[in-house]
Amino acid sequence: MEIVEILFTASFWAAAIRIASPLIFATLGELICERAGVLNLGIEGIMVAGAFAGWMAVYSGTGLWTGVCVAMLVGMLFGTLHSILTVPFGLSQHVVGLGVTLLATSSTYYAYRLALPEVTSPPKIEAFQPFEIPILSGIPLLGPALFSQTPFTYLAFVLVAVVAVILYRTPLGLAVRAAGESPAAVAAQGLSVTAIRMGAVIVGSGFMAMGGAFLTMSAFDSFFFEMVNGRGWICIALVVFGSWRPGKALLGAVLFAAFDALQIRVQQTNFGSQIPYQFFLMMPYILSILALVVMSRRAKVPAALMVPFNKGER
Amino acid sequence: MPKNPVEALCLNAITKRFGELIANDAVSFSVMKGEVVALLGENGAGKTTLMNILFGQYTADSGTVAVFGETLPPGNSRAALDAGVGMVHQHFTLADNLTVQENITLGARSLFSPHLDRAASRAKIIELSEKFHLVVSPDADVGSLTVGERQRVEILKALYRDVQILILDEPTAVLTPQETDDLFATLRLAIAKGLSIIFISHKLHEVMAIADRVIVLRHGKMTGGARTKDTDKRALAAMMMGVEATPPQVAPVNPGAVLFELQNVTTPDFGNVPGLKSVSLALKAGQIIGLAGVSGNGQAAVADIVGGLHNPSAGRVVLNGNTIQKWSPREAVQNGIARIPEDRHKTGTIADFDLTENAILERYNTDAFSKGGWLNWRRSRAFADSIIDKYDVRCPGADTPIRLLSGGNMQKLILGRVLEADPQIILANQPVRGLDIGAVNYVHSQLLAARDGGAAVLLISEDLDEVMALSDVIHVIADGRLSPEFSRGQMTPAQLGFWMAGQGFETSVAHAS
Repeated sequence: MEIVEILFTASFWAAAIRIASPLIFATLGELICERAGVLNLGIEGIMVAGAFAGWMAVYSGTGLWTGVCVAMLVGMLFGTLHSILTVPFGLSQHVVGLGVTLLATSSTYYAYRLALPEVTSPPKIEAFQPFEIPILSGIPLLGPALFSQTPFTYLAFVLVAVVAVILYRTPLGLAVRAAGESPAAVAAQGLSVTAIRMGAVIVGSGFMAMGGAFLTMSAFDSFFFEMVNGRGWICIALVVFGSWRPGKALLGAVLFAAFDALQIRVQQTNFGSQIPYQFFLMMPYILSILALVVMSRRAKVPAALMVPFNKGER
Repeated sequence: MPKNPVEALCLNAITKRFGELIANDAVSFSVMKGEVVALLGENGAGKTTLMNILFGQYTADSGTVAVFGETLPPGNSRAALDAGVGMVHQHFTLADNLTVQENITLGARSLFSPHLDRAASRAKIIELSEKFHLVVSPDADVGSLTVGERQRVEILKALYRDVQILILDEPTAVLTPQETDDLFATLRLAIAKGLSIIFISHKLHEVMAIADRVIVLRHGKMTGGARTKDTDKRALAAMMMGVEATPPQVAPVNPGAVLFELQNVTTPDFGNVPGLKSVSLALKAGQIIGLAGVSGNGQAAVADIVGGLHNPSAGRVVLNGNTIQKWSPREAVQNGIARIPEDRHKTGTIADFDLTENAILERYNTDAFSKGGWLNWRRSRAFADSIIDKYDVRCPGADTPIRLLSGGNMQKLILGRVLEADPQIILANQPVRGLDIGAVNYVHSQLLAARDGGAAVLLISEDLDEVMALSDVIHVIADGRLSPEFSRGQMTPAQLGFWMAGQGFETSVAHAS
């Protein structure tokens, strides 16, 4: 009964949306890469790098939005590295992706120590503050949950719509979708598969870094080691859950975040206190796996995902 | 042909090498506006390579391509398209997740233009499809289209870009005779509109029917050229093969014992492909049993059961008089069943494996090629070399990845692989699909030799001429049902066509009961 009550509180849904936001950015980024035919396992490390870069920029005195841009640029830098290795060189996307994750993570920690050699606890920044959208935030339950978030969260939702429109309504999106399904078709129409794929990986990596930056600039106000904590891997699953469609991926991110918000609250109930808390921590993952099993049965994988394309080879 | 011919295309001394293989050796020719030129040659003669160079998908090692007098930059498909060259590839280049319209408009507008302008492109597609009789819905998902429809989309893709020169790479290989007629009607409309067409084929009667001029390639070199009105099929075949082709002669035989039998075998339907409905079929030693029918009527189910991929849901499979309880591909191979699979790329070979590995693919675990869990590479290599030698597989060597071979040479390797194991039963599923005459005659003569050596051959083919020429007895398969057995010469093509259309079963059931 207590669980049902939780489901009807605005603070629960507000938390769910907040937890979902970084996942939305990174999932969109991964989705763009995979739609073009490249699996980007650099996501976890790129999120770490983005989290640090955005926070560090703001700490050094830039504005919040400039910080977001810095994070995105750093992500795009790692994306460039990833795409050069996987697209024109056609190297194993698994190995390159894991390599980029390790490189981005460790170079971030290195940069942290270079920048702040003396500190024991990381400094705080003035993070994004909630912005109540007039009128809409007055709606009961929905208002506080959806329309009293930070601008960074609103950007996540706007980005879902933008990516969906580009993918399905523009020549560019058409080319990206075709590159992940049949690169030969793209080449036969005189387009460069290499350019399309590299572009997708670079932009997608930028989005992943924004997801990381959300953690340090909106969800919290400081940078900790281990703060990304596997969120990147969750996003890989969310892309499958969403059948490579932005709208469905958004739904998946919110669903996962809701499980996460729920388990924290259930832990504090009478019922919850009788069960070791580790079981609650597992809950969102177990439920996600179950949801993934159900959803991904019908998912249509881009046919050329992880298949390198070399023009002129037969 | 217009009175003052304009040169639409000029290829000048194109040379292309793949490793040690010379695919094109200084090939030069030109095509006039409104002209249909057929590029004729055996598989591996370099036809497709040459066209891929023309279309900018490969870069030539030397030589130039000029369209309407302008030299094209090498290796640039976009420039080729902009200059008015379009290509319909043999293996279609379509994205299955997109609609017909999306496939056609892909790349037609700048990638950075803000929207697709669906209404305008849709109108243009509909206009083109009416003008050229290319019936296909712009909104259909390409993944759900038939092969014939996909080809129409490919042609529309080129026409949408307002091409002046249309290259068609073996366009009829995948079409039914009716669809081929439709294609030719479309091409005649295109010629009438002033397009030039390069038509790649190895089917002589098609070349004679559609082309103004024929250019023959052999081993990458241009070996001849002629106007179709000044030549005939025999002369072309001689140019193409270097020698005159003679189809193998079929001698009558006395069939021996039943080696393999399906008794009232039933299989479940698979999607919209019907399963088998109580099919009984006996394969006798020294006999070629032809299975005729339109594609997708249960041929695959028969092949899968004989080859051990599936077990029947009802009925019995009898091998040498023993009912088989559980049947697997490995057991099939061990029991002397040779399989020439329908799709040599997908199930016949592993593209990136070399010829040696592909040669031992079915029997790598037998004493011939391994001992105590260790592969014997020396013997495997010798086996592959012997196949290459005996079956005339044209390749740079046994360590070549098999994907670099042409279809005909790939098929010869598969043929050698199975025939060298001295099979009792040969399952030949579309054994000559996509092969040139030389390779076709070769495969057929090998199958006949195996039959004369006492093997039972099950020949599955959609090509009625092939079935009738080779088979000692013929069954027709339609909607998962098998017709009675017809002996050689007993039926006309029209009568077999009647059974292929699914008629005749009711009357025969009445007869039987």
